[in-house]
Amino acid sequence: MSSAPHWIEPHPHGIFVRPANAWIDPSRPVSRALVTHGHADHARGGHDAVWATPETLAIINLRYGRYPGENAVEYGQTLDLNGVKVSFHPAGHVLGSAQIRMQYRGETVVVTGDFKRRPDPSCAAFELVPCDIFITEATFGLPVFRHPPTSDEIAKLLAMRAAHPEGCVLVGAYALGKAQRVITELRALGYHDPIYLHGALEKMCALYADHGIAMGPLLPVAGTDKADLKGSIVLAPPSALADRWSRRLPDPVTSMASGWMRVRARAQQRGVELPLIISDHADWDELTTTIREVAPKEVWVTHGREEALLRWCELHQIKARALALVGREDEDEG
Amino acid sequence: MQAFSALVTQLGYTRSRNAKVALIADYLRATPDPDRGWALAALTGEADFAAVKSSAVRTMAMERVDPELFRLSRDFVGDTAETVALIWPETAPPANDLRLADAVDAFAGVSRARAPALLAEYMDRLDSDGRYALIKLATGAMRVGISARLAKTAFAQAFGLEVDAVEEVWHALSPPYASLFAWGDGGPRPDPEGTPYFRPFMLAHPLEDGTVDLADYAAEWKWDGIRIQIVRVGDDTRLFSRGGDDITPAFPDIAAHMPVEGVFDGELLVRGAAQMGEAASFNALQQRLGRKTVSAKMLAEAPAFVRLYDLLIDGTEDLRLLPWFVRRERLEARMAALPADRFDLSQIIAAQDFDELGRIRDGARDAAIEGVMLKRRDSLYVPGRRVGLWYKWKRDPLSADCVMMYAQRGSGKRSSFYSDYTFGCWNEDGELVPVGKAYSGFSDTELKWLDKFVRQNTLNRFGPVREVEKSLVLEVAFDSIHESKRHKSGIAMRFPRISRLRRDKPAAEADTVQTLRALIT
Repeated sequence: MSSAPHWIEPHPHGIFVRPANAWIDPSRPVSRALVTHGHADHARGGHDAVWATPETLAIINLRYGRYPGENAVEYGQTLDLNGVKVSFHPAGHVLGSAQIRMQYRGETVVVTGDFKRRPDPSCAAFELVPCDIFITEATFGLPVFRHPPTSDEIAKLLAMRAAHPEGCVLVGAYALGKAQRVITELRALGYHDPIYLHGALEKMCALYADHGIAMGPLLPVAGTDKADLKGSIVLAPPSALADRWSRRLPDPVTSMASGWMRVRARAQQRGVELPLIISDHADWDELTTTIREVAPKEVWVTHGREEALLRWCELHQIKARALALVGREDEDEG
Repeated sequence: MQAFSALVTQLGYTRSRNAKVALIADYLRATPDPDRGWALAALTGEADFAAVKSSAVRTMAMERVDPELFRLSRDFVGDTAETVALIWPETAPPANDLRLADAVDAFAGVSRARAPALLAEYMDRLDSDGRYALIKLATGAMRVGISARLAKTAFAQAFGLEVDAVEEVWHALSPPYASLFAWGDGGPRPDPEGTPYFRPFMLAHPLEDGTVDLADYAAEWKWDGIRIQIVRVGDDTRLFSRGGDDITPAFPDIAAHMPVEGVFDGELLVRGAAQMGEAASFNALQQRLGRKTVSAKMLAEAPAFVRLYDLLIDGTEDLRLLPWFVRRERLEARMAALPADRFDLSQIIAAQDFDELGRIRDGARDAAIEGVMLKRRDSLYVPGRRVGLWYKWKRDPLSADCVMMYAQRGSGKRSSFYSDYTFGCWNEDGELVPVGKAYSGFSDTELKWLDKFVRQNTLNRFGPVREVEKSLVLEVAFDSIHESKRHKSGIAMRFPRISRLRRDKPAAEADTVQTLRALIT
């Protein structure tokens, strides 16, 4: 980096775009915020004006309420914020998730937010955006993280369900993104039975359906007879897996859909019997491939296992630095 | 190999004991010899290949992966074998065509120098679950949350045998256990007669708050050494530790001086000069354990002897189904034939009643005394712990208030938690100096709290270790305290564990090193 301050300033609580006087995913209330997606560690309440995709705004409205000034930005649409050209591009992470591209004085910077490369029937596919400075996440930035093909993991889930007709399979899945991903991946493999939902997942699934994502038949666990849940697949937020709530289920096999399931101890800590390695984040190969394809002059790493990704950049003679943003991964979403 | 790796993977995610037993039993029934025998060896910890050590695993990994990326990954995953299994670069889809028994044969024959290349060749042929299972097998550390006992129970269940009958012959057999599986398949019981083999130990339950009637129970000291079994058949003498490991090479001074055929149960102790020829503490003994050879100097400075508790087999006569008092008489009758400088008899404590026994126990100052054993006078010698037969009544633990100084992440199940704590006490200069390290004694809820405390109060990071704000007082319990040249504080605790979190207590009020020194035995 040159000695003069860059027009993009990393701070512990967010990335400040000085000429635009706007923050990206700030973790404390600000007057102007650009928000990449609706997860709690990126979208906080209390901002005055917010720019985000219409889907992200809908998610924020559902989860946290409204901001005084909401500006919906379609993918590909370009804004001008005090001379900074800003556009949003699909990140493939969850519904509405975006990378934010900014151009100022001949330099292009992309902030990925969270992203993944592999196909996901519940959201728009990642778009490769060339840039000079690539500001990336590194949630799974260790070479031990290689997510297997999603269809293999869904096949394991279906096999467990078939082998367990007198019980059910209880899948822990984060309420925004993972739950809808698991549902749509199941449908893609031809599973059309009703899928039962914990109450905490219902509204977000309905929001996805309203945005044209086909969810198939979904039923609430609440009010369903225990006997009717035999042989079914039940989705719940991870916090409910070990909760008293699960006592209403017939002999559940505990499963969890998360990239962390790649590490045995992570699954064992949660008492998971059927780990499903399904992640909404780029794995190691996706991260490194993306950096190669974007071929930026510099890589900045926002959060995750940044040390390893920096080491990889060093080995490949790519200029890189860690930003050490705080408060990320609070939801432990993976 | 695929059936074995599927078994290892499934065991890792299975919580119920019965489900684990069923998984292993199904595997043992469905898998041909000798693969199932090697799998059983792996699960019971009997498979060990001298040339394949975890250093070979690391060497192999370093040739494929950047060492820095490997280190960071290992820190996160918490287990070397799993890290290698996950990080191994697959250049082509693995064929998964390796047979377990072939891999075992190759490991047994490979040289230390060739071991990394051989392992690497196998890694290329296996998927990540297969790589994990094979490394665990090769390095002899399965850690899939099952004990050797559970694996034997599964074997017994698979073939309709009694697990104690399996235990009885187990230590006379070796992998891949052809005769054991032949027995399971309806053949004759393996007959190990004429070989010196280990018989399962009888163990004691802790005497929690109860009392016993000394008319029914005899009391002996519980010595703080190593419980051993001495087996002599013909002119071959072997020493076995509690788990049945052959520790004869570390104690040639005992093995060479046992003239009587039979099976003895006793406590291995070392005579320490400091104790005026009395039994020295466990620390002195540890110097000798695990050695393949022992120097003449060591034999002279820390001579070993055995304090005998019981006689299981006298000559060739099995006494185990006779009452304790009869075995005791037979043991006493044998003592005259044993050299007195190598073997003595564990004395019965004379006490009128339980209260008097309690006073005698509390008055015992010998460092080598851990407490009192209570044995039912009519108890048969039965393997394992049986309610009502033998009790151990330990001395109350000592405790001290210490301040947490450093924390390290655990391994395995605890790899994401800071669960190993180094704690210190104040010295004369008002500095905290480390006095010990503990990683047990707290509940899961307390562990979560401690982990959070470490993360929020980190001052410095040294690799996997974090230095923390010196503000948290831990009440540490320990069995005894000794002089130690290895530690800056000059003292070392035996079996320290966290007994309470003293969040109420300011760090300045924690104990001093001087206070601890006063407890040295």
